[in-house]
Amino acid sequence: MVVFSAVADRDAEAYVQSPAAESALDRSYPLRRALEALLVPLMALVLAAGAFSLFLLFLEKSPVDFFALVWRGAFGNWFSFQNTLQRAAPLLLTALCVALPAHLGLVVIGGEGAVVLGGLAGAAAALPFLGAPPVIVQLAMGLAGVMAGAAWIGLAGWLRARRGINETISSLLLAYVALAVFNHIVEGPLRDPLSLNKPSTAPIGDVNMLATLPGTDVHPGLAFGIIACLAFWVLIYRTSFGFSCCVTGGNIRAAKLQGLPVARLIIIACALGGACAGLAGVIEVAAVHGNANASLAAGYGYSGILIAFLARHNPLAIMPMALLVGGITASGGLVQRRLNVPDATVLVLQGMIFLSILTSETFYGRMRWFQPRGAV
Amino acid sequence: MAFDGFSRRKLLEGTAAAAVAGTLPAQLAFAKDLVVGFIYVGPKDDYGYNQAHAEGAAIVKSMSGIKVLEEEKVAETLDVQKTMQSMIELDGATLLFPTSFGYFDPHMLRVAEKYPKIEFRHCGGLWTKGKHPANTGSYFGYIGLGQYLNGIVAGHVSKTKKLGFVAAKPIPQVLQNVNSFTLGARTVDPSITTQVIFTGEWSLPVKEAEAANSLADQGIDVITVHVDGPKVAMETAERRGIYCCGYHANQQKLAPKGYLTGAEWNWASVYRSFVEKAQKGEPLPNFVRGGLAEGFVKMSPYGPAVPEAARKQADAVKAQILKGGYSVFKGPLKDNRGREVVASGKAFVETAIELESMDYLVEGVVGSTA
Amino acid sequence: MDQFSTVAVALLAGSLRVSTPFLFVSIGECLTEKAGRINLGNEGALVLGAMLAYATSYETGSPWLGLLAAMLGGAALGAIHGAVCGLARVNDIAMGIAVMLGGTGIAFFFGKPYVQPSAPLLPTIPLGFWSDASQVRSALDVSPLFFLGIGLALALAWIFRNTRAGLKVRIVGDSADAAKAMGLPIGRIRLLSTVIGSGLAGTGGAFLSLCYPASWNEGLSSGQGLVAVALVVFARWNPLNCIYAALLFGAAGALGPSLQTIGISKGYYLFYAAPYVLTLVMMILTVTPGRSLRGMPGELSLVR
Repeated sequence: MVVFSAVADRDAEAYVQSPAAESALDRSYPLRRALEALLVPLMALVLAAGAFSLFLLFLEKSPVDFFALVWRGAFGNWFSFQNTLQRAAPLLLTALCVALPAHLGLVVIGGEGAVVLGGLAGAAAALPFLGAPPVIVQLAMGLAGVMAGAAWIGLAGWLRARRGINETISSLLLAYVALAVFNHIVEGPLRDPLSLNKPSTAPIGDVNMLATLPGTDVHPGLAFGIIACLAFWVLIYRTSFGFSCCVTGGNIRAAKLQGLPVARLIIIACALGGACAGLAGVIEVAAVHGNANASLAAGYGYSGILIAFLARHNPLAIMPMALLVGGITASGGLVQRRLNVPDATVLVLQGMIFLSILTSETFYGRMRWFQPRGAV
Repeated sequence: MAFDGFSRRKLLEGTAAAAVAGTLPAQLAFAKDLVVGFIYVGPKDDYGYNQAHAEGAAIVKSMSGIKVLEEEKVAETLDVQKTMQSMIELDGATLLFPTSFGYFDPHMLRVAEKYPKIEFRHCGGLWTKGKHPANTGSYFGYIGLGQYLNGIVAGHVSKTKKLGFVAAKPIPQVLQNVNSFTLGARTVDPSITTQVIFTGEWSLPVKEAEAANSLADQGIDVITVHVDGPKVAMETAERRGIYCCGYHANQQKLAPKGYLTGAEWNWASVYRSFVEKAQKGEPLPNFVRGGLAEGFVKMSPYGPAVPEAARKQADAVKAQILKGGYSVFKGPLKDNRGREVVASGKAFVETAIELESMDYLVEGVVGSTA
Repeated sequence: MDQFSTVAVALLAGSLRVSTPFLFVSIGECLTEKAGRINLGNEGALVLGAMLAYATSYETGSPWLGLLAAMLGGAALGAIHGAVCGLARVNDIAMGIAVMLGGTGIAFFFGKPYVQPSAPLLPTIPLGFWSDASQVRSALDVSPLFFLGIGLALALAWIFRNTRAGLKVRIVGDSADAAKAMGLPIGRIRLLSTVIGSGLAGTGGAFLSLCYPASWNEGLSSGQGLVAVALVVFARWNPLNCIYAALLFGAAGALGPSLQTIGISKGYYLFYAAPYVLTLVMMILTVTPGRSLRGMPGELSLVR
């Protein structure tokens, strides 16, 4: 028997090189990869829901009632859905504050500091312009807030790029410092003497406040958030800047060897993230409070961390994740009232979801069905 | 539990009704009962501000024909607007009590504009006729005189003549309490001083404990507080072996030996009167306020350490207060920097509008507002 | 007492009191990080430990059982963190945040009924019996946990330097390759370090609820667990330095109220930020680019 005939060899070569070598199964690989990105977190969510249901059963509460109430309070009707959208709006921006630097491999968790300082800067910047057309005032506020936020997180980035100080710790410490400075200024130098029992800065005036999006009860923060997510998705995945960031995040030494301006990238990415968080703060002032006061520190920065990790730092995925977390929080009140459970229940659920999704990270690339089929 | 018999069918019915009715309250869900909502900024069992309101709400719960909704730890942001809306839309509430000061402007006002048929009553004294919508209102308790009585008892009991005050923020309501406490003590002995420490936040247990310890380190032997949760300070005082006067609610159990007396809120009567009127369909008053004389505020029973002389004097002053028109801030009165803040011949009753912008600490208080 | 000594004694007192949770959490985190893993979930372990200690003490009447419960609770949380982080590709910083959220949530959830009642507390040792001034006496009224913490720190330092177990932990943390070459069970050592570290954090929490401020409610922790992670960096991963760093932080925390008692009350918010600013400044002064932090375990994900 001739095994290795010249004809067989030639045929084999021709087979491998011909287009028919790409079997129909392989062409579906991009689809399978997308499915993996969808199914793995979905499974994680289902598992988290399951674990939480066990928790509820242990407490003799009905999981069915719980999830029915979550549905009702989050998405069940137009009012609830708007509630969810409203809560998701600032979270889109604060999640970007974590997600953007994450593409460089940085973990920045100090977004809360950027939010409050951005809000304070915005409220302060409005004051010299009062009386001018609202557009000017809002522009000034927006600019001030964005720059304040960018400067603060950019500082953490600078400390990392130039001094090698870990950005997780430094951004966290900066957040505490920011909160202290914020409180000091709001209750001290910039305090509105008329804001007696609730110290705030001087009001920016109703005429300068942002109106809600037409037809809805939701403020423009939602629009800004969505635009920001889309814009940054393009920036990261479709521009060379974004590509440089990903390369740096993958292997910093290789990036340096390639001559990428690593330090500058780090600082810029952190500044951009901080700008988003600062914008969230300004919007809270301009659309909700009308001044800067202690209620600005509502934990948006910290929720943003959760959402960024849930979305695996992909700006497009941040949107549904923000909706999920926003929805759970929105339904929290209803659950509290109807099931007579403490509001910490929602915290436990969020913790479980977070845990589950992080654990599921280990499954990417492990399951054969999702992997590319090799020709050999 | 209130909602045991609440079947899924009713849930879906309620949803459909709410969706269809839009901004009208979903009265199908709780057809005959009056649904009343209470919103707290902190936990209900903080032995302090929120607990005082929750105790009032508990009285309302015991009334027949009432369904009470409560939500705690609602932040003073859009959260509370959404909570109020949720109570109205999804649960059919028609009377809401947002109890924290910061809920009023803009949150409660915005929601009130959207739901003109729902009644909102806020705890704080901000409602102004003509400026705020008619379906909103304020109820306000004047507790300064309670701190005044605290001060009288403290003045008798203190041996070192040094008193302490753990305060959250230097806002007028707090300053009024600090000043009233000091003025009450100085009627017993004009050389008494009060040291005030501001923690900066309404609820910071570690700082409050630290402040209480610092005060005790100074040789102070009676303290009182104005923070959301007095529990930590009271317990710390008891452990240091010094006396304490309570605030918001009755903390006798926390300091069995050292608790002298306390200024407590008595919201039950306020809430009961609102709810009864609502049940009968009568219009609700827009501005309700009162102090000791009107039963909005009460004093805790005296603790074991209070001597007879203190009780006699405090009871006598209390009797005068109950007649109404008593004023603590009367001229000539200087602040602790030497400026005159109340001219000679003038006297401000507790409801005087001038007191609501108080920004000074009276002579005898050690500390500053900034 | 004149003003200076008043503040000095207050700082000393604050140092001894407020530093103890920092001490425990930082020693625990030190151990975990020496093994090459970072555990931000210690904040959750702290809060959970505080709740468990208080609840157990209340239910059983014994604060020592409460302490034990806190240790076990913290250890359990650490086990979850360690087990999941041991799987491939899991980011341990993110995991730590998740554990923090979950631990805090569970603590608040089950801790609700314990906010009101008063539980039996851990006894203190009155070291100040020699003084007449009540201020000094109360300042030196130290909890046995403080001495336990110092003892543990000393023991840990000695273990790292002089025992085989300590060497193994250090190798695992410094170079996974070297550890593999020596056949050390990396996963198990890291898991054990995380569990013990978290248990220590739980003990720190027990101090908060059973010693000072000796109460359970939801605002008990002001981020001590997270700051302790910064403390470990500040201490260059040396348990002995952790003691000094914790004392420093404790004193900084007591600065605000004590300054107000002598009349300095302008800008008290800024004084409350003192510990954080201190850490930042120290980090800036002691870290220079190019040269990685001396003493930092090579495998820690802080290195990139």
